[in-house]
Amino acid sequence: MIRHFRDLGFWTLCLIALALVIFPSVSIVVSLVQQAWPVLGWHLFTAGTPHDGLQNAILGTLVLCGGILVVTAPVGIAGGIYLAEFSHLRQGSWIRLGYETLAGIPSIVVGFVGYVVLDIELHWGFSLLAGILALSAIVLPYVVKTTEVALLQVPSALRDGAIALGLSRLTTLRRAVLPPAIPAIVSGLVVALAIGVGETAPLLYTIGFSDQNPSLQPFQHSMGYLTYVVFYWISLPSKTDHELGGAAGLILVGMLLVLIALGRVVSRWSSRYSASMLS
Amino acid sequence: MITSDGGAGKSAGPAESQARRAIRDRDLTRRDRLARLGFLIAALVPSGMLLFLAAEMIREAIPAFTFSGWGFFTGEIFSFGQLYAPTLSHHNGIVAPQGATYGALPFMVGTLASSVIALAIAAPVSVGAVLALTERVPYRLQSGLSVFLEVLAGIPSVAYGLWGVLFFGPFMAAHVYPVLASVFGFIPVLRAPVGFGEGLLTASLVLAVMIVPIIAATTRELIRTVPILAKEGALALGMTPYETVKVVTLPYVRRGILAAALLGWARALGETMAVLMISGNLLDRLPVNIYGSFSTLAASIVDLLDSALTDATGMAVHALAALGCVLLIITVATNLVGRLIIRQASGGVPLPIGRGI
Repeated sequence: MIRHFRDLGFWTLCLIALALVIFPSVSIVVSLVQQAWPVLGWHLFTAGTPHDGLQNAILGTLVLCGGILVVTAPVGIAGGIYLAEFSHLRQGSWIRLGYETLAGIPSIVVGFVGYVVLDIELHWGFSLLAGILALSAIVLPYVVKTTEVALLQVPSALRDGAIALGLSRLTTLRRAVLPPAIPAIVSGLVVALAIGVGETAPLLYTIGFSDQNPSLQPFQHSMGYLTYVVFYWISLPSKTDHELGGAAGLILVGMLLVLIALGRVVSRWSSRYSASMLS
Repeated sequence: MITSDGGAGKSAGPAESQARRAIRDRDLTRRDRLARLGFLIAALVPSGMLLFLAAEMIREAIPAFTFSGWGFFTGEIFSFGQLYAPTLSHHNGIVAPQGATYGALPFMVGTLASSVIALAIAAPVSVGAVLALTERVPYRLQSGLSVFLEVLAGIPSVAYGLWGVLFFGPFMAAHVYPVLASVFGFIPVLRAPVGFGEGLLTASLVLAVMIVPIIAATTRELIRTVPILAKEGALALGMTPYETVKVVTLPYVRRGILAAALLGWARALGETMAVLMISGNLLDRLPVNIYGSFSTLAASIVDLLDSALTDATGMAVHALAALGCVLLIITVATNLVGRLIIRQASGGVPLPIGRGI
């Protein structure tokens, strides 16, 4: 009897823990909506920050998304391919330790070094390119890792079959291994975007902030982005500014939810797709 | 007792099943070899970035360490000095503004205290939640509930900060901390005043929420590697689910959970924006009690870099680099140890990285 009470007590505690995990995510969304409610409207998308809108920040965040995709997709996917297809066990585990550790370092370290080296020593000034490079250092590990895992999940029968037919490793990769892995790789890129969209510390001093819409000049021009509005507008005196900060946070979380949903759809589609390739 | 190498039904993870066998060079065409070289260079980019960041950080920090000596780790005052004073101070052959002292003790204490409190709360909650999720919740709900972990991992640090400033901090200061202070008032650090919700305890609690995803996601992947036969055997012997968890599941993943906690701790050590927004930014002093304002290494770098740029001698930036250097060394060491332990414990199953993805 006492064993069953102990069982009941333990699982109750576990369920409370689960509730404690679920509660904050709901609470964050709710409090952001409450905060942003008075300023929600189309003008957020049509006016810039000087006129209580967010157009420049939203466009800037989208530019950053494009930038990190251009930098991290080729490098990250190629790195993942090496790890999954060409590395031997020992060497691969060292390379893996490298990206795992990079993923764990504080983002402000990246921002600080980016500022000192790119903005100051290379005289780039507040620079879009410096911001994109700093942000890429943060998201690259996620792209490498998801690509590697995506390729490892491709059944080795496909690989062996292609090699047995006398195809070279590169052709095997291109024709047999890569196609079924593409959806999972794409969902990895989506995750990287979700992380990149929400970063602030690597950007503060590399890219600055600007009230104007993005100029797309790589050097000597600062640019606005959403996370800065959340961080800085809350310290401004007026209530409208606080509400605008809340609205920026809400848009960020909205982007995040869309990206997570997209990642889920793609990865569900990918498992069905690779199953159909096998049969 | 089940040990991690004796699992009967342990599935060969995808990592072991596939092409990690050695490739002989003569099986590769010339184009293959060229492509392999390109892929190898790309694969080395993250490690290269890591080394570059560490090297630059250390190079920038050396003048500040030379200037302050051991005082950097023991001093309580962190001041850039009189930036516009006509005279400069010389120490150990380094020139700095008059009155400059770089003592990082309050930042280091703040970083350690907040991350340790966060870990003490997040670790048991994560493990409990994952056990509930994997062993108790109906299978159909599992993937739906896992979304919350992904959302927590993805919510921007500044959004956590905003939540802490607007809702969580004031709520705790109004309703929870007074109760805590009156019940546990006999412990000095828990005594009132409780403040307004910007301080050590609020920041620690928000940090705890932020590191739940990495600990929980890693624990979940590890628990999936527990052999099903051993679990079913325990149940068949008449054990309750709790006893099965205690005797089979947890011993199997214990080392892995320890390592996951280390990774979560490293995240809490380095978290910047959320802490900056909720910490109250107290410089030059240790917090008065657990509710009091404080600052951390990471948060103070962002907070002070603006004013550091006005130091014509450049020492202020070096001093911040020294803070970053301490932070980087601690987090890299914690990460490496955590990764090495967890790698042995997991048997090649790919585990979440970074924030828990």
